[in-house]
Amino acid sequence: MSDLLAARAQMAFSLGFHIVFAVAGIAVPALMVLAEGRWLRHRHPVDLELAKRWSKGAAVLFAVGAISGTVLSFELGLLWPRFMAFAGPIIGMPFSLEGVAFFMEAICLGVYLYGWDRVSPRAHWLSGVGVLTSGTLSGAFVVTANAWMNTPAGFALAGGKPVDIRPLAALWNPAAPTEIVHMTLASFLSIGFLAAAIHAYRLLKRPSEFHRRAYTLSLSVGAAAALLQPFSGDFSARQVARNQPVKLAALEGQWETRRGAPLRLGGLPDDQGEITRYALEIPRGLSLLARHDANAEIAGLKSFPREDRPPVIVVHIAFQVMVACGTLLFAVSALAVLLAWRRRAALVEPWFLKLVALSGPLGVVALEAGWTVTEVGRQPWIIAHVVRVRDAVTPMPGLRYSLAAVVAVYALLSAVVFATLRSQVLGSRHAP
Amino acid sequence: MRLEDAVGACVLGALIVYAVTGGADYGAGVWELLALRDKRQSEVIERAIAPIWEADHVWLIAAVVMLFMGLPGAFTAISTWLHIPLLLMLLGVVLRGSAFVFRQYGSRSAAAQRLWGVVFSAASVVTPFMLGMIAAAVAAGRVPGADEARATSDFIAPWLSPFPLCVGGLTLSLFAFLAAVYLCKETEDAALLETFRRRAIAGGFASGAMAGVAFFTARAEAPALAARLGGAWWSGPFHAATAAAAVGALGCLFARRYREARLLAAAQVALVILGWGFAQYPFAVPPHLTLLQAAAPPLVLKWLLAIFAGGLVLVVPAFGYLMIVFKSRS
Repeated sequence: MSDLLAARAQMAFSLGFHIVFAVAGIAVPALMVLAEGRWLRHRHPVDLELAKRWSKGAAVLFAVGAISGTVLSFELGLLWPRFMAFAGPIIGMPFSLEGVAFFMEAICLGVYLYGWDRVSPRAHWLSGVGVLTSGTLSGAFVVTANAWMNTPAGFALAGGKPVDIRPLAALWNPAAPTEIVHMTLASFLSIGFLAAAIHAYRLLKRPSEFHRRAYTLSLSVGAAAALLQPFSGDFSARQVARNQPVKLAALEGQWETRRGAPLRLGGLPDDQGEITRYALEIPRGLSLLARHDANAEIAGLKSFPREDRPPVIVVHIAFQVMVACGTLLFAVSALAVLLAWRRRAALVEPWFLKLVALSGPLGVVALEAGWTVTEVGRQPWIIAHVVRVRDAVTPMPGLRYSLAAVVAVYALLSAVVFATLRSQVLGSRHAP
Repeated sequence: MRLEDAVGACVLGALIVYAVTGGADYGAGVWELLALRDKRQSEVIERAIAPIWEADHVWLIAAVVMLFMGLPGAFTAISTWLHIPLLLMLLGVVLRGSAFVFRQYGSRSAAAQRLWGVVFSAASVVTPFMLGMIAAAVAAGRVPGADEARATSDFIAPWLSPFPLCVGGLTLSLFAFLAAVYLCKETEDAALLETFRRRAIAGGFASGAMAGVAFFTARAEAPALAARLGGAWWSGPFHAATAAAAVGALGCLFARRYREARLLAAAQVALVILGWGFAQYPFAVPPHLTLLQAAAPPLVLKWLLAIFAGGLVLVVPAFGYLMIVFKSRS
């Protein structure tokens, strides 16, 4: 395995691991705040129990997210020092702001976990809101740094080096607004549905007031996000069409430059033959979605030099997976809303519980698939059209050992987390 | 004060706060190695660390971020040439974090707790040692500059040599000392208190010895650094202050005045790190890369300082509130 490939694999692995805990750190506080809010209003003991158990889950997930986040901040330098030499001053601001937000989140979580009997109920609930707000903000800040890699702004190039650096313009780059919205919704969508699936599964085994409450609360959060996500996806796609046309061409498997380009469902791109086969094509669909104009011209992959194209097969398939999962969850959410309106009791009938239990985890699949689209879709660039990945990697050799060590240690960490969450959140055999 | 100097001071400041808070976390892990059979000790240690654990370790990330935003030249050189100790330190951070999560929230079975106790302690020894080695490698001018870098591909020599190894040992003993001093105030059990007190005294003497050894190896291996540490205009008063803090801390321990001992021990650690900063000035990465050369453009530095100041205004009162909430014994 080449050093470059090992570095890319290690970064991808670390990010793929971290993202699950980062979104959990955003969404689980939402669940615990909602539960505690209900407790304060209606005083059902179940809601208090729910808030407490979810807060313990949040604590574990937050701690793990902090660890994996520390790893990433080191890996930026260990694996990509030449990228950081260029980009450090430019995107240092979102990272600094993220650090402050994270610090506030840690403090608020400390108050929430240890202050149950030591502060007023109102102050306690507000500290929970503090966790939710700072967590969401810190996620938004980090995402702007990633958005900058896709649509770099806030500097000029002189002899390959950045000059005239303007940090605010870099932070509020063209892709930032759409990435923030899409990622925030994705956090609530993926974790809301995952939690709903877990509690639905438990409900299928045995009726329980605790799991029923947990299920309805998490399903509400997940469904609300899932219903909004397609609109956010539309905004994102149009932004990508404007600013990263080669990425759009790759995720759609569009090889020829065309007016009225078709939307492809499924399909397998062929790198050598420069064609996408087996797709269900909807005429003019892509032009319509990407530019809201059925006759708009879409640039095809062939109009870009081969060395500037991302790995089309990976990007296209990941995109199809993401949209398929998102669409399915949208449908489940729409159905849930319909049932809640017409026949509430059906929400906890076995057939619907099974549907949620099976489809719920797909939110996390969509999350990972979406990140694959945007990251692999930016290749071969680490800073789109400015710096290539292969020019950014560290000169240090033997990176496959570093990869092996990180994977091994994370495997251990995952085992710990799984065992801990199981006992902590789901409780013992004697739990309600 | 110039912008790049202020940024250097912020990075040093973050490392000082990290050392006197998170450093004690690691030190506690070292004592656990000697206390694996004593559950009461582990409980006191866990109870002391738990609520503020994440807040402590944020300071390390703060230092890293300020370095790559404000002194990218230094960040790049250190990340490239000290890759191996940084990676080992990182693995220690992850293992320690995992052990902490597990012991705090996981299974209570005796075998599992013992296993994780060993992992926790082993990782607690590695990370401080690596931190010290990295600092020493930088201070001693062992990190190649841009011109030398083209001629060499040795990623081991910069950090694997007597002086960095001694400073690694010094860091470990300082953190262990700090932890034991802090723990004296965390328990009312007379027997436990006595154990921590004796260990704190031992740690204090060990740190003094290690500091001496480190200084002598500096004279052999990094004469420029030793000259700065020993011969600059500020050296005399500085060393006097550090020694006073160290002796004072030990004295308070003998006199069983634990609150004062804490303050003096923290002051001693802070002064050691400050001394490192002064000895290196005006270089970010001796012997060639000055703070000015390593720095980002002035606008970026101004933003960094503004965010740091704004962050403090937000975080310090919030942290104070957390301390009040937690430390109030109900």
